[in-house]
Amino acid sequence: MRSPAVYLTVLAIATCGLVYELVAGTLASYVLGDSVTQFSTVIGAYLSAMGIGSWLSGYLQRGIASRFVQIEFAVAVIGGLSAPALFLAFGAAPDLFRLVLYSLVLVIGTLVGLEIPLVLRLLKDVVEFKDLVARVLAFDYLGALFASLLFPLVLVPELGLVRTSVLLGLINAGVGLWSTWLFRPLLGAPGLLRAQGAVACAVLATAFAYSDRLTEMAEEGLYADPVVFTKSTRYQRIVMTRTGHHFQLFLNGQLQFSSADEYRYHEALVHPAFAVRPDAARVLILGGGDGLAAREVLKHASVREVVMVDLDPEMTRLAKDNVMLRELNAGAMSDPRLRVVNEDALIWLQLPRERSLFDLAFVDFPDPHNHSLGKLYTSHFYSLLRRRLDPATGLASVQSTSPLLARRSFWCINRTMEAAGFFVRPYHALVPSFGEWGFALGGVSPFEPPAEPALPALRSLDGPSLRALFVLGPDMGPLPAEVNKLNNQVLVRYYEDEWRRWN
Amino acid sequence: MPSGRRVAGSIVGGAHALGHRLRDAAPMPAPARREEIPVAILGAGIAGLSAAWAFERAGTSDFTVLELEDGAGGTARSGTGPVSPYPWAAHYVPVPPPHNRPLIALLEEVGAVTGRDAASAPLYAEDVLVREPEERVFFRGEWYEGLLPRAGIAREDAAALGRFEARMREFAGRRDARGRRAFDLPRRRSSPDREWAELDRLSFAAWLEREGLTGERLRWFAEYGTRDDFGTTLEQTSAWAGIHYYAARLATAESESADVLTWPEGNGRLVSHLAALAGPRLRTRALVLDVTPRDGVVDVTWLDAARGETVLTRAEHVVCALPRFLAARVLSPWRAQPPAFLKETVYAPWMVANLTLSDRPRGHGYPLAWDNVLYGSPSLGYVVATHQAGRDHGATVFTYYLPLCDDDPRRAREEMLATNWETWVARIVEDLRRAHPGLEALLERVDVYLWGHAMVRPHPGFLWGQALADSARPLGRVHFAHTDLSGMALFEEAQDHGLRAAEAILRARRATFRSWLD
Repeated sequence: MRSPAVYLTVLAIATCGLVYELVAGTLASYVLGDSVTQFSTVIGAYLSAMGIGSWLSGYLQRGIASRFVQIEFAVAVIGGLSAPALFLAFGAAPDLFRLVLYSLVLVIGTLVGLEIPLVLRLLKDVVEFKDLVARVLAFDYLGALFASLLFPLVLVPELGLVRTSVLLGLINAGVGLWSTWLFRPLLGAPGLLRAQGAVACAVLATAFAYSDRLTEMAEEGLYADPVVFTKSTRYQRIVMTRTGHHFQLFLNGQLQFSSADEYRYHEALVHPAFAVRPDAARVLILGGGDGLAAREVLKHASVREVVMVDLDPEMTRLAKDNVMLRELNAGAMSDPRLRVVNEDALIWLQLPRERSLFDLAFVDFPDPHNHSLGKLYTSHFYSLLRRRLDPATGLASVQSTSPLLARRSFWCINRTMEAAGFFVRPYHALVPSFGEWGFALGGVSPFEPPAEPALPALRSLDGPSLRALFVLGPDMGPLPAEVNKLNNQVLVRYYEDEWRRWN
Repeated sequence: MPSGRRVAGSIVGGAHALGHRLRDAAPMPAPARREEIPVAILGAGIAGLSAAWAFERAGTSDFTVLELEDGAGGTARSGTGPVSPYPWAAHYVPVPPPHNRPLIALLEEVGAVTGRDAASAPLYAEDVLVREPEERVFFRGEWYEGLLPRAGIAREDAAALGRFEARMREFAGRRDARGRRAFDLPRRRSSPDREWAELDRLSFAAWLEREGLTGERLRWFAEYGTRDDFGTTLEQTSAWAGIHYYAARLATAESESADVLTWPEGNGRLVSHLAALAGPRLRTRALVLDVTPRDGVVDVTWLDAARGETVLTRAEHVVCALPRFLAARVLSPWRAQPPAFLKETVYAPWMVANLTLSDRPRGHGYPLAWDNVLYGSPSLGYVVATHQAGRDHGATVFTYYLPLCDDDPRRAREEMLATNWETWVARIVEDLRRAHPGLEALLERVDVYLWGHAMVRPHPGFLWGQALADSARPLGRVHFAHTDLSGMALFEEAQDHGLRAAEAILRARRATFRSWLD
């Protein structure tokens, strides 16, 4: 048994041990907020658990070397899987998160607390006591320094929390395996121990291979408010959070609405078009699977038929059945006038069998932050849409991101609709959850926003305020932009650049 | 299958059994029927179909087209399934330059041109131009945008790539004293000046070496191009052909490389348009057995496989749009005395597979594109058939391309035909799995097409040698049309030869027509 090798082992286990602690503290801060409290309590729990471990080490009598190796494997698996376990726990049962967190911290801390006393006992007959304590503790503290530098500078930025924790688990298991050679003279049956080590490595390697999926689930830890609903559908991740009296809907991590102020958004999306065409009977909604645009549309008695085309059947079903959503959209999804088609809107517009014409269309897609959404903002898409509208009186209202935060994107959508033959009037509304928000009202033929609109009773709009939506201040004024086409997808680039600047 | 899951599919197409009757020299039965027709077109690939198109456009409709396979198209054939139509080989054409009037006219007919701009240049339909994201490459565990990974590239490699691109731009801008471009499409328009033609004598590998254009990334990138267009390695490719691939697609030294037009079924869209135009005059499962020029006529003996009878068609003129290796077996004068150029016409075998997937596979980095390339793979990666339709979720079809670039194509062909379906599937999965772990779980069907003679290889010395120059010469009333005559298997070449052969016959018949060729 060579002592320098033992000191390296001490360095490695100390690094791993501190990283697990940092993972737990960081993760708790992400998920629960208030990092001062989270770090303080995690560190406190962890150190006291180490004390418990040290105390318990006194009760271990025989086979110290074997116990040490097994403790390494246990720390490897439990510590290594701690980050994915915590994220999953938060996704599955947010209420139980604290329980899982502190339980894990206590178990890992206890196991780590056992390590150093056992190492000291293993070496006590080989090295003189004063040197032993000096060196083992020196390498222990040095490992802590390693961990505290590696964690924020390399591990988290390069690997993320999940992969960091799993990788350190693998290292820990490696230390255990390596110890079966290091302490070979003191071990009874190294074959069995090595088999246990192989199992630990296999578990961790599998977790590492699937860490992407785990990380994706982990992103859910980043919502500001308590998560009350999650569902992974074939197309997207639907998450609902709740604060006080209000709730929010997220698709793939992007806020779709807050019940506090969504009425400002949906009233602005729907009623200006009706103000121009108060007699509209056939209405098309593209996207808008939450049923909130439909709620506004159905306030108009002239409406006889609404076709909603939304990609995700889970979303439209949720809008129909979920109590919170059903209440918010006033049961719009069960209205006999509404027909739901679950299909990609671009594909649907290309279907030859759907030939009837609409008076109004409302286009309510998530922002164009990837190519498969970007295609729903192209001149090709708008050309297909225009052909489905009444050639004399047809109008489409398109949510077109923020004219303030993504000004070029906003004008790009405007210009793209014009390139597809629409006569476009841009307008905007203030939606506190989103900020200043933009829309484009496009007519198949030229039109004017009405001077004296007849409106149903609305919370954010009346005649004068509706007219005012069409006034854009100079900081939202036109910017030159290319036409967004299927074969250039400039909008996705504009949008990414502009939002990156604000974030 | 490694996972033990059941995947459907088979080796499809390639009427080898029927075609091999020619090779095996089975005795020819006496004709059961006789027909007379002014023009017989042999082969319904793009060359033959283009000849038919030219006759039709000239108001001459008294022709027949004989095709061995059960559908038209040759290497531009397509297939279809419950998820999407898909190509079986050729799957795009670059936006043609203004001088390529026949291709522009054809694209207008299929609705790919929506109008003209102020300078009367065609405007192409947005859903026919390749949709973004166009291409991505898998490199060291991650997908990157574009075809060439620049991650971690050495400074000298990046510099070599820059010089390579500059050289190609320079070639794109070069013209001879008569104003012909050094590298043009179709290649008939290219300058024959020695300055460039002599590049044909070098291999592309030797030329790159001579110019100091080296480095691992550049080599891979350049060879991706030759494998993609010709089914050849850098060593097997004429430097002229290698440069042509890049230079001919740049309109000038300053312009961007031409945009690309495509359809879910690839060039199958153009094939179905042309085949519909030929209508019942196109006869499939028609195996041409013998072509004998006689006094003032040509006798074509063929097997009508559907009816199981032999037919003798006496034509005044013939467009032989068969690949050379088949023409050599059916033309009686060539059977008696094989012409010298036959030996020099060498073909690259390809394996193309269509993979039906229940959902999109997961991958790291840049999202699924139209063309998805794996750095360092023997395959060319895959093209997504549902991409152009805008279908971004759920089931899809990947068309996977594997050129077999062995130095001995005959052996590669034999090995290819001897490899069973299970082995192909295992190889494809093995190749794609590093980019898409868990791919097997999504596989529903794998259909494999074995192209024994997918494309002619433009090997050094072939394109500007005497053999190729001789090979386009008509044999009496038999006119030839095929990409083999260009030495490069490109749509533009096939169309050009088809039109040329048709127009030679129209002239012989004293028809009045406006030539497509200028």
